[in-house]
Amino acid sequence: MTINPQNKSYSSPALEFKSTMFSVPVLGIASDDLPLIEQVLNEKIKLAPEFFKHSPVILDFQDANKKQLTIALDALLAIVRKAGLFVVGVRGGSEEQHQKAIDLGIAVTANSEIKAELPKASKIITAPKDDAPVNDDSTTVLITKPIRSGQRIYSHGDLIVLAQVGAGAEILAEGNIHIYGTLRGRALAGVQGNVDARIFCSDLQAELISIAGHYKISDDIQGAVSNTPIQIYLQKNALVIKPIA
Amino acid sequence: MARIIVVTSGKGGVGKTTTSAAISMGLAKKGHKTVVIDFDVGLRNLDLIMGCERRVVYDIINVINGEASLNQALIKDKNCNLLSILPASQTRNKDALTQEGVGKILEELSKEFKYIVCDSPAGIEQGAHLAMYFADDAFIVTNPEVSSVRDSDRILGLLSSKSQRAEKNEEPIKEYLILTRYAPERVKSGEMLSLDDVQDILSLDLLGVIPESKSVLTASNSGNPVILDEKSDAGQAYSDIVARYLGETRPHRFIDGKKGLFRKLFGGG
Repeated sequence: MTINPQNKSYSSPALEFKSTMFSVPVLGIASDDLPLIEQVLNEKIKLAPEFFKHSPVILDFQDANKKQLTIALDALLAIVRKAGLFVVGVRGGSEEQHQKAIDLGIAVTANSEIKAELPKASKIITAPKDDAPVNDDSTTVLITKPIRSGQRIYSHGDLIVLAQVGAGAEILAEGNIHIYGTLRGRALAGVQGNVDARIFCSDLQAELISIAGHYKISDDIQGAVSNTPIQIYLQKNALVIKPIA
Repeated sequence: MARIIVVTSGKGGVGKTTTSAAISMGLAKKGHKTVVIDFDVGLRNLDLIMGCERRVVYDIINVINGEASLNQALIKDKNCNLLSILPASQTRNKDALTQEGVGKILEELSKEFKYIVCDSPAGIEQGAHLAMYFADDAFIVTNPEVSSVRDSDRILGLLSSKSQRAEKNEEPIKEYLILTRYAPERVKSGEMLSLDDVQDILSLDLLGVIPESKSVLTASNSGNPVILDEKSDAGQAYSDIVARYLGETRPHRFIDGKKGLFRKLFGGG
């Protein structure tokens, strides 16, 4: 391998893993009647041909599996591809179907139990990092003014907010989140899968809190604590909300 | 150099136009040359509140399209000759406003006027965006109820990210709160958010509280900004706001129900 020495001094690397979040339609399969599947699929696509044209799609076998149906993956793939869709992932299938998918170069995505739409979506693209906390090049973002409804703040490292986070605002960090004010909006820590990330907050009235994809909405939080400084962390895949003693 | 004030709220029907009319009249009455611009293209109302609807010939869209000069479109107020009104078009929609066009108009008005008051339409679309884009100060008009407070919070977010000052990394827009339609009795009985509840979420400089008042509707219907009704509580509250904005210190009134009653008994003032 030869590396041009001139390139060496050039600071940006040749490639970089980036994570992004987007929604992918999921095609739930609930029948093993392939001709019927083909017919229904084509009818659906006719309703919005532009929307489905060349669209990526994930096949979900959960319902079919519940009914103990076995479906030949390659035959199904042929039907879906013929309809103009690109199958990028498979989930909820049997061991066999998953192995087949991998052999065919199709990703097997996380368990179909959708917990939080956003954090899960990112998992499709990047596998959770092993518990190495945060990158060396990660930077802490410091916000000194109130974060208003509709605003969205993302930090590649930690996120420190010295004011309130309004209802309808969303703050995301790959590392920890510290809020020295009232949290009324959504706070998502460890969005790249860092299960050691924590959320610290002086008054919790959040719409949603999440660490590494495990989340709680306000109905679940209510009554837990209010008006007292708290921390939130993951313990055995469950979110723990505790006052800071 | 003129100071550009945007009167905005996000939510509709909270009193933006009433406030714009009252504030601009108040500034003019204090001896400052002021112009008030209606950005609500398609749903123009400011001319009605100012009582000049019969004198509208050209509007802001005509000026942007070069069909009329700014001086042709400006209407001198009937009560105060230091105040001018630039009406909106009723036949067009908000997409007819362009950033370049609005920028040019504001630049030209800046040469002549001390204060430019922009009456923003409701919503967060083009009209509202352009009304706030060039602002120096923002008056956030909020009713003491949850949806209005949340919409105001949203607008504050846009002010700090989607304005010229934000884009050029200049000193941010100065934001003030005007709480309208406030009824202390209803706050006490728990039907209405209190000033503290609102400030808990918005935490802004409070310019003033306008009490719920019959005089506002009367004033709107007669085409005279409510600030001209010096006997009314709402008129006085707006006078206080103008004075505070200009740097005077005046104690806040109309927040506590008792004070209002006391004033009523002793004939205002």
